[in-house]
This record gives sequence, structure tokens and C-alpha cells, in this order.
Amino acid sequence: MFRIRNAAIGLTVALCAATPSFSNEIGNAAEGEKLWKECKSCHAVGKDAKNRVGPHLNGIFGRRAGAEEGFKYSKGLARMGKDGLVWEFDLLDRYIENPKAFASDTRMSYKGLKDEKKRADLLAFLRRYSDNPGDIPEAAPTAAGTDHSVDPDILAIQGDPEYGEYLSSECTSCHQLSGDNDGIPGIIGWPAEDFVIAMHAYKDKFRPHPVMQMMAGRLSNDEIAALAAYFEVAE
Amino acid sequence: MKLNRRLFMGGAAAGAAATTLSAPMVHAAGHGKPKVVVIGGGAGGATAARYIAKDSKGEIEVTLVEPTRSYYTCFFSNLYMAGFTELGSIAHSYGKLASEYGINVVHDWAIDINREARTVSLAGGAMLNYDRLVLSPGIDFVDGAVEGWDISHQNAMPHAYKAGSQSELLKAQVEAMPEGGTFAMVAPPNPFRCPPGPYERISMIAHILKEKNPTAKIIIADPKEKFSKMALFQDGWSRHYDGMIDWIGGDFGGGNVSVNPHDMTVTIDGEENKVDVCNVIPAMKAGKICDMAGITEGNWAPVNPHTMQSRVDENIHVLGDASSQGDMPKSGFSANSQAKVAAMAVRSALTGSKLFPAKFTNTCWSLIDTNDGVKVGASYEATDEKIAKVDGFISKVGEDAELRQATYEESVGWYAGITSDMFG
Ligand SMILES: Cc1cc2nc3c(=O)[nH]c(=O)nc-3n(C[C@H](O)[C@H](O)[C@H](O)COP(=O)(O)OP(=O)(O)OC[C@H]3O[C@@H](n4cnc5c(N)ncnc54)[C@H](O)[C@@H]3O)c2cc1C
Repeated sequence: MFRIRNAAIGLTVALCAATPSFSNEIGNAAEGEKLWKECKSCHAVGKDAKNRVGPHLNGIFGRRAGAEEGFKYSKGLARMGKDGLVWEFDLLDRYIENPKAFASDTRMSYKGLKDEKKRADLLAFLRRYSDNPGDIPEAAPTAAGTDHSVDPDILAIQGDPEYGEYLSSECTSCHQLSGDNDGIPGIIGWPAEDFVIAMHAYKDKFRPHPVMQMMAGRLSNDEIAALAAYFEVAE
Repeated sequence: MKLNRRLFMGGAAAGAAATTLSAPMVHAAGHGKPKVVVIGGGAGGATAARYIAKDSKGEIEVTLVEPTRSYYTCFFSNLYMAGFTELGSIAHSYGKLASEYGINVVHDWAIDINREARTVSLAGGAMLNYDRLVLSPGIDFVDGAVEGWDISHQNAMPHAYKAGSQSELLKAQVEAMPEGGTFAMVAPPNPFRCPPGPYERISMIAHILKEKNPTAKIIIADPKEKFSKMALFQDGWSRHYDGMIDWIGGDFGGGNVSVNPHDMTVTIDGEENKVDVCNVIPAMKAGKICDMAGITEGNWAPVNPHTMQSRVDENIHVLGDASSQGDMPKSGFSANSQAKVAAMAVRSALTGSKLFPAKFTNTCWSLIDTNDGVKVGASYEATDEKIAKVDGFISKVGEDAELRQATYEESVGWYAGITSDMFG
């Protein structure tokens, strides 16, 4: 099985070593509790928490993605769970930052939280409801809150859709032209920025799945931009 | 799928453009639109015809020559045998290629190629002119490869290595095996179509037998000492079909085989076995039309990896199983991937469209038992010498059931994807 866990830990450890630690907390849980209000309409935590519009989040740290029994996840998240994705600080942080970029078809209709500090606060709050915080970094927020967003210079690349159309023929050996989503996700009409972020997440092995890690791994920044430009308007 | 909006090509995209090669414009011989003839409507040929027609937007006249009206994919034909899919679901017609892509689909055999005159003769008597010819005829069997067997014995001892009636026949024979009977397979030497194919087949046959005839036995006589995804198959066989399968590899005389289709015996390294069903998969070579065209070296047709052009004749592109290209396995995925590179090269040569650097990929999924799927794959690039492997991956022994199920589900998605990429 492909273990995303190793990749994430490796990264955190490397960053810890490079950054002096300032505090023992990943964020301010009290501040996080205020932010939680926004999540509460769909998610529950604490005693007797049940799945609602979203799954309950007790024990979310260390839980396999898409694995809470009785909750109907999007295919994308369920698939990531099967591919071995386990929620840890870094991945939760990425997910909350921009849910759609992380799992394109996620049913969580939340636009994302761009502020790194607020994410750390929210996660510090949520962490209280996980029994086994072994995977949660104890170092400074700067170390934990790695910068996930793709370099703006890369996001700014204007892709050549004609080149993208040629490259896309590699994608359509598996991804259906109809955009259908059975067994393999549909990618037709994927917003360009989300596409770029997702491909880079495969490239640096945050997203699991060996085929996509291989495919994205050999795409240059220009090629990813070209594909994004093409798929955004393909129908 | 089409583009409904053209994006402005900004400065940064110049990087991509700079890496592309510029192609000289070559006009069609004579007058009228340039003509492409594609021989073989399988994984390579159907894809190439569709991409050339689609992307040239009517500038190239495409004719596809294919004798069968329904193409049965070999991929998933093993799954069909074990009841995971219907025969009808692996059959595909050429209707859309004709109606939506304007391809002239001719149901006939190509029987001769005149490379000087650039013409193809058909069994029905017609003759077609071409500016570029694409050959994707798949495989034929090497005469005399298995002692005692030739194509006239394919009813008594089916190969089922071209799908359709042969797959139906083998399935029926397995289902009719007497209780505790023996199924034998004569496996082919390298290189051959679909390296994991024989072993996925064994898994599927074992799946049927486990349900219907659990005391039956399977023997495989194999000239090879190892095979594709061997560790994964062997692990799966011992988990699901313990004690049922006996694989005799090359180092134990598995290559020293003869068969007798009248008595239904298979002799392996001097030892005669009476069997109930025998699946003979002989050594393979490029589809015969490649020989007739005079473009083979040994059993296969060598190609230029950048464009899939024949090393012998640059007006001919050879795809898929028939080609010898380097590191890619002979698979439907590979043929489909090569077809897109060839389609781009053909268009570039005939209409001056952009030529981008060739890229290839392959992934082969295999099913071992219900919801126990595995995969192997790699990406490739063109070097002057060969198609060379860049990077790859393979499923691991010991993966959990959920991942194996996801892998199987992925293969079902892939099947839908590739067949719509071939036939529209
Ligand atoms: C049991 C089995 C399982 C497989 N599973 C997989 C799998 O899971 N994944 C995968 O990627 N691959 C798989 N394959 C391999 C795959 O089927 C082949 O590699 C692929 O079909 C090759 O494509 P092709 O275009 O070279 O040949 P084909 O698809 O065989 O097409 C050749 C076509 O040419 C036609 N033809 C031949 N001669 C002439 C002529 N003279 N004139 C006109 N037409 C002609 C034939 O009728 C045929 O339709 C499997 C194969 C087998 C046998």
C-alpha cells in the first residue's frame, strides 16, 4: 500500500529541523472553537456526536479518509482512503485550505480557509477530540503549517490549450470523455487552478495513488498549465 | 470532447512551444485531400483512425480496413469467462467512427501492400491509395510453435488469444469439465501479447472451478522462468485457490511440450498428461500483413520511437502488438498510447500541424479473484534507439482488501475510458 503518512511525516520532520520551535501548541484552540461555529452546521464533535450533513469529527486525526462508517462520502474521498490516505495535521490543513483542490468532488461545500494561523487554531481545537494525537506535530505552528499553496509563479503560467489537447490524450486512456465518474474520476471541465494544485499535489506525493503520482511526476509546470487550460474548457 | 474557447497563449507557454519540433509540410501526392489508410480496427488502429479524423477536422481522408463488424476486446475477455462481464459488453461496433468522425470503415481484409505505388489491395477486390498507411493488425501465431498444434486444432484446443468465439468456446469447455478434471495451459514464450494475460486467465479459470468444480486441477506448462506480476499472482493463487494450480516453469521443463488434440494429451518434459481442456497459447509474431508488406525483421516490425514509423518505410506507421519498439509491453493500453503519437506524426506530415515530443504510458490491471485487482504500469519516452521506460510502479503483496477492490473498480473505469477513446 502506498503510505502517504511517510511522505507527510518526512516533510514535517525536515521542516522542524530547519525551524526553531516557538511553542508547544499547533494553534490556539480557544480561537479555533470560535471558528468551529462555521463548521457546526454540518459537523459534530464531542460526546454522542453523530454524522450529520458531514461526518462527525471525533478521532479525525489518524482516521483513514472516507472511512467513517455510515457516512456517504464523495467517490474521491472514499477512493483516497482506499489508496491509503490517513488524516494527519498536514493533510487536514491542506484540505481545509481548499477542499475542492484536495478532493475535486468532495461533498463538503466549504470554500476553504486561506489564513494559515486560523487553520492551525481550528485544528488545535479539533485535536482535542482525537484520542491519539501521535501524528500531530508538537512543534511551532510555522513548522506544522507548511505552505501548501502552489507557487504563484506556477499558478500564473498561461497554458497552451493546443499542447494541452495533445497531452490530454494520455489522460483519456483512462478518464472517460463523457466525464463519467465510475472507478476513475471524471476530469472534464475541471477549473484550471484546482487542476494545477491537484497535479502538484500528486507530483509532491501528497495525494496518494501511484498511477497519478507517476503521470504528474513527469509533467513539467508548463505541461500541467497546458492541460489545465485544455480541460477547463473541454466538454 | 471539443474546445469551446481558445485561450490566449501567453509568454510562459512559449516554454512548451519551444520544446516542440517543427515539421516540414508535405503535401498529398496527386490532388485532393491527403489520404490515410488504417489496417486493423483494434486498440491501435481504431484509436489512430479516430484521432487522425478528429484532429485533422476533415483535412485528411481516413479509411479503416477491418474484417470484423464487431470488435471483441481481448481485455476483459478473461473476466467474461469467469462471469464478471457479459460477452455483449466486450463487443464494440464501428458505427460511431463512421457516423461521428466521418471515417470510411471498410469491412474487408487487406491482402497486399504495394509500397512503391502506395496502394492496399483488399480481399474483396478493391484497391485503396494512401499517402500514409497505419498498420495495427495485432498478432498471428508462429507456425509449428507448439508441437502437435496448428490453427486447425483451435476447436479441440482453443487459444482464446483473439477474443470472441474463441473466448466463448474456452468458457464452455471449462464449464463442462468433468468433476475433478484437469485444465492445462501451454503458455507462450516472450515477447507476446499481454504479459499478464495468461496468468489472469488462470486466475479466472480457477475462480470458475472453485465454484463449480473445486476438486479440478490446473497445470501450466511455461517456457519462461518468470512472468509478469509473478509474486502477486502466486500470492493470490495461494490465498484463493490453494493447491489447485501447478505451474511448471522453464527451469523444470515447462518449455519442452507437445500436445495431441485427438487424444487430449499434453506431454511436458517427457511426461504425458491426460487433460480435459487444453488452452494452447503459441508463440506470436506480427500480424501476417506486416510480412506481406516486407517491413518485418524477425517476427516483428521495427519502428522509429518518435513517430512509430516503420524503420523500413517512412510512409508506414506500425502500432501495437505488431511493432517492435523497445520497452513497452504488448498491451491494448500501449497500442492506444502509441496510436496517439502516430496520429500526431501523420497529421504533422500531411497537414503541417505541430509535432510535440512523443510520450507513452501503460497500465495493465489484472483480476485475481472477486474484488482482488492488481496493476503494473510505467511511463516511457522516445529515444532514437527505442521507446525507453522512465518510471513505473506495481501493486504490492499484502495490500488490504479495500485497496484491491479499488484497483479492480479502477480497471472497470479504465475499460470504459479506453473503449470510448477507441470507438468514440
Ligand atoms: C486474454 C487477454 C487479455 C488482455 N488483457 C489486456 C488488458 O487488460 N489490458 C491491456 O491493455 N491489454 C490487454 N490485452 C492485450 C490487448 O488485447 C492487445 O495488446 C491489443 O489488442 C493490441 O492492439 P493492436 O491494435 O495491436 O491489435 P488488435 O487489437 O488485435 O487489433 C488488430 C485488428 O486488426 C485486424 N486485422 C488483422 N489483420 C488484418 C488485415 N490483413 N486486414 C485488415 N484487418 C486486419 C484484426 O481483425 C483486429 O481487429 C489482453 C490480451 C489478451 C489476449
